[in-house]
Amino acid sequence: MNTRGLRSQPKDSVPVTGMGQQVGAYGVQDTLRSGFSSVKNELLPSHALELSEKNFQLNQDKMNFSNLRNIQGLHAPLKLQMEYRAARQIQRLPFLQSSHLALDTLKGNDESISFEDILNDPSQSEMVGEPHIMMEYKLGLM
Amino acid sequence: MATLSVCQPQLGGFSFENCKRNAVLEAEVTKLGCNIPSARKTGTTICGVVFKDGIVLGADTRATEGMIVADKNCSKIHYISPNIYCCGAGTAADTEMTTQIISSNLELHSLSTSRLPRVATANRMLKQMLFRYQGHIGAALVLGGVDCNGPHLYSIYPHGSTDKLPYVTMGSGSLAAMAVFEDRYKQDMEEEDAKRLVRDAIAAGIFNDLGSGSNIDLCVITKGRVDYLRPHDMANKKGVRCVYEHEALPHQTGNYKYKQGTTGVLTKSVIKLDLEVVEETVQTMDTS
Repeated sequence: MNTRGLRSQPKDSVPVTGMGQQVGAYGVQDTLRSGFSSVKNELLPSHALELSEKNFQLNQDKMNFSNLRNIQGLHAPLKLQMEYRAARQIQRLPFLQSSHLALDTLKGNDESISFEDILNDPSQSEMVGEPHIMMEYKLGLM
Repeated sequence: MATLSVCQPQLGGFSFENCKRNAVLEAEVTKLGCNIPSARKTGTTICGVVFKDGIVLGADTRATEGMIVADKNCSKIHYISPNIYCCGAGTAADTEMTTQIISSNLELHSLSTSRLPRVATANRMLKQMLFRYQGHIGAALVLGGVDCNGPHLYSIYPHGSTDKLPYVTMGSGSLAAMAVFEDRYKQDMEEEDAKRLVRDAIAAGIFNDLGSGSNIDLCVITKGRVDYLRPHDMANKKGVRCVYEHEALPHQTGNYKYKQGTTGVLTKSVIKLDLEVVEETVQTMDTS
């Protein structure tokens, strides 16, 4: 029986570049915000699923939009993306919990439950973001 | 982590923060020669069969943790919707959570469509979820139910492949159970025949596989009726040796105590111990 229960070291990992650190001013690593780093840490993902889970929603959206474009023409994904962009702006400041109600309804997340809703609920996370830093990051002022 | 500042809002779902730390810990522990604790598996025999009017699902009730029996009577047939039930083998927590998530999703979906859910919908939801996690969720399932198109039976593997068949078995005792099925399965059986066939298949798994044991649970699903028989058959009762088909009665475990007088008495001497009263004190209780 193949159980990958508690074994964590991936054996066939391929080094990828999607795990890069944040870059601060002057192109140097941002030690204050992302901690100490080493090349080895950045190169290999710590779990086989880490990258695929990070980009899962993006990849799903890309696939759905390209299907929609092929079936119904360019206007369909354009209109949908415009609506998503409008709905995404209805939210509180980044350090507060917003319900994303409009965005969820548009995406259809209000009719499904998955691990994102059960595990690691952001409204109950132990770390609270510092308001000033999160606002600066959001406005791009860093 | 206390010195880092959080810049982006946290996302829900799986967090891989501790994977590197776990890998280092595992390497250290293996160097010392110990083992990290293993996840509780169900080491199971589960099976299902399609008969004339519906589905019979069967499961044993033993959960193992390595070489130890963790649960002598666990329930492996999970509810998905009023007309769909699912047996689970593999890692116990994974099957439990997977079936609960799919049951919730199916309920939401059926409320949205206002129709009884179909087995094919549950199957597709399960296979898409298991494929997304590339087999790291160790849940091997036997899904069966009756919907508007008749009875359906699917087997779903941890990596996300599914098979739609008239009879399926999964788990460590699947070969023993499949042997019974291959010998005696017929199309369009009656309900009693189907229940007897599933009971015998699970019993074959219980007696021939170390990872399966205890009782046999059955679930009979027909259009408009579900019989959840738990336990249907107590194949392994403590203190009773097992019953085979050719024996008339189950006999008790043997009594190995000797009768009084088996060993002859040669001499007997009684010494009385005289106890002296040295001191006597009375302590009153405070009953105020």
